[in-house]
Amino acid sequence: MARSAQPLGLLRLAGGGLALALVAALTLGSVAVLLARAEPGRALGPAEWAALRFTLTQAFLSAVLSTALAVPAARALARRRFPGRTALIALTGAPFLLPAIVAVFGLLAIWGRAGLASRALESLGAPGLDIYGLTGVVLAHVFFNLPLCTRLVLQGWLAIPPEHFRLAAQLGLAPGDVARRIEAPMLRGVLPGAFVLVFLLCMTSFAVALTLGGGPRATTVELAIYQALRFDFDLGRAAWLALIQFGLCAAVAALALRFAAEADFGASLGGAVRRWDAESPGLRALDALVLGALALFVGLPLAAVAARGLLALAAGLPAAVWPAAARSLGVALVSAALALALGAALAALIDARRARGGGRAIEGFALLALAASPFVIGTGLFIAIRPLADPFALALPVTATVNAAMALPFVLRALLPALAAARMRDGRLAESLGITGAARLRLVTWPHLRRPAGFAAGIAAALSMGDLGVIALFAPPEVATLPLLMQRLMAGYRMEAASGVALVLVALTYALFWIFDRGGRPNAPA
Amino acid sequence: MLRLEGVEIAQENWRLTADLALEAGSSTALIGPSGAGKSTILNAIAGFVAPVSGRILWEGADLTGRAPADRPVTLLFQEHNLFPHLTAARNVGLGLRPDLRLGRDGWARVEAALAEVGLAGKGARLPAQLSGGERGRVALARALLRARPILMLDEPFAALGPALRAEMLDLVARIRAEQGATLLMVSHAPEDARRIAERVVLVDGGRAAPPVETARLFADPPPELAAYLGAAPGGRV
Repeated sequence: MARSAQPLGLLRLAGGGLALALVAALTLGSVAVLLARAEPGRALGPAEWAALRFTLTQAFLSAVLSTALAVPAARALARRRFPGRTALIALTGAPFLLPAIVAVFGLLAIWGRAGLASRALESLGAPGLDIYGLTGVVLAHVFFNLPLCTRLVLQGWLAIPPEHFRLAAQLGLAPGDVARRIEAPMLRGVLPGAFVLVFLLCMTSFAVALTLGGGPRATTVELAIYQALRFDFDLGRAAWLALIQFGLCAAVAALALRFAAEADFGASLGGAVRRWDAESPGLRALDALVLGALALFVGLPLAAVAARGLLALAAGLPAAVWPAAARSLGVALVSAALALALGAALAALIDARRARGGGRAIEGFALLALAASPFVIGTGLFIAIRPLADPFALALPVTATVNAAMALPFVLRALLPALAAARMRDGRLAESLGITGAARLRLVTWPHLRRPAGFAAGIAAALSMGDLGVIALFAPPEVATLPLLMQRLMAGYRMEAASGVALVLVALTYALFWIFDRGGRPNAPA
Repeated sequence: MLRLEGVEIAQENWRLTADLALEAGSSTALIGPSGAGKSTILNAIAGFVAPVSGRILWEGADLTGRAPADRPVTLLFQEHNLFPHLTAARNVGLGLRPDLRLGRDGWARVEAALAEVGLAGKGARLPAQLSGGERGRVALARALLRARPILMLDEPFAALGPALRAEMLDLVARIRAEQGATLLMVSHAPEDARRIAERVVLVDGGRAAPPVETARLFADPPPELAAYLGAAPGGRV
């Protein structure tokens, strides 16, 4: 690799160093606070063991189901061309930005005790469904992660050179031979990364555990932290649990970094590959069945959210929705700005180090530290702030900061390739023409950065908008963001009011993402 | 004889007609500008592209509706001719049986084919451990075992240097002579066509012209070919 002759640049070093220091303070600082507060010598009691076991069990089941079911779904999408294929692929992108609490609401509308599926079963004389507990937690996690895995595996399928399928057709390979010689090697490369990614996401999805879990048999470590802080006010136990969670997540995040499955939501997933080995009516019917089931599984809860929300809108929204919406928007915008600023500073530093053949350590540290559960950071902040100020009064700034940290891995993953591309493609030309400083940023770097920056800001804003994690730890009863308001309404069985809030929340979340993402595309039709 | 009878291929905003016949055992080069449809013609004969009208016949039998594996054809692609996670020997073995249940006899034939293309003892290597030229040889060894009457090359050696490419074409010529195969190849380089092809089909302007003897064509090129070769009257290179 060509090494840049330019010095690193004071501004880059200072900005990147500052961002790095903040990340380190948030993560390592939190862990230090937890270590200081956790009572030494305290053993794992039966409750902690149960939480640990449940966290791992549900994450394992969710990851197994999500990756296993993604294989037939992605295979069908890869080898069939049909009207609506593009729409179905777009639908698989929808759950990623969907606020968790809204997804739970939609799933309850279908699979809950009073949901569509239960009523259908009861009309047939069978007992209705009860999805609270392990079933519900895994169901919700599969709802989120099956579409994500389908996209990851589909990327793998579309990366197989079309010539290999032509070669298979020319040589007369049977479907089983194609699966063994072409598809299995691809899956061996793609599935471990997808599995670890889903496992990590399921260990840190507090909102699902809060709404569908609970009780001694279905409490995750994060839920146990929440209960220790909010109900028992046992800071020592909360700190101890948070350390356990950090250890778990750091271990899995290290694995994730090793396998590095990257969901590229900007990737073109068009162009199904013509397959000569899969034209039998049986395989066609199988694929149709799989894709129909996928569309219903993902689409029905979303449709239920929309339908119930529209009905509730007609009946009028609760007054609390507007102040909550204002708070949510404020938190989301601050969080997106902070994530982008931190991400840009860190990415500039990493890219400058990379130009000298380094940078891996900083990148690894940032991704690893941040993947290690925003909830742990929240717990650490709660304990650190308490002697100095009222943590409840700082609910919104803390939420915005932690959300920004949570979005940082996505921002880095979006910005780093663009910065590298700017450097590799135009860097030498810019240097030879003497374009430096602000002019270089404006003329050379920004055109490369604009699109991924818009996309990353959109992701950061949408994730923050839908986040129901740290805010639940910190918010006093009279303050709520939209997800928290929804959760409180649902906990009080005010489902109609909750459905109106859900629709507002979804609309604002996707609107924020859309505006930022479009803003990054100079030539996109508005 | 390989006949393309009123074959018309259409893709978005793009059409190509071909009406020609090639003698069994002959060798023909398709030349013409990029995007003219040279590869598409080979893909239609191999069964990867379906013509909108017309018929493709081999020795009087209609191939048009047949699956790729049921055609008397081996086509070497520009790249990705080998499965990357199978050894050279297994890649060759697929030419005998697609499920690779070959038995001692079959593997001996694979080893012999590898030796014939100059890769004796290299059967256990993966494609990534072979050079570009060696990968081409593995694909040719498989074509040798398949022994289909029509051998088609879609520039599989384009990434090789001139000397290596000439060597590979000589190997192709040898295999063809041994098996009496009909050879059809896409070419960008007139010297390749001169080296191996008796006749040339010019593909340009949405039409594949009937074959013309190679020596005669290059001695007195029609205007389209002259333009392609950069030797038109007052032409620029």
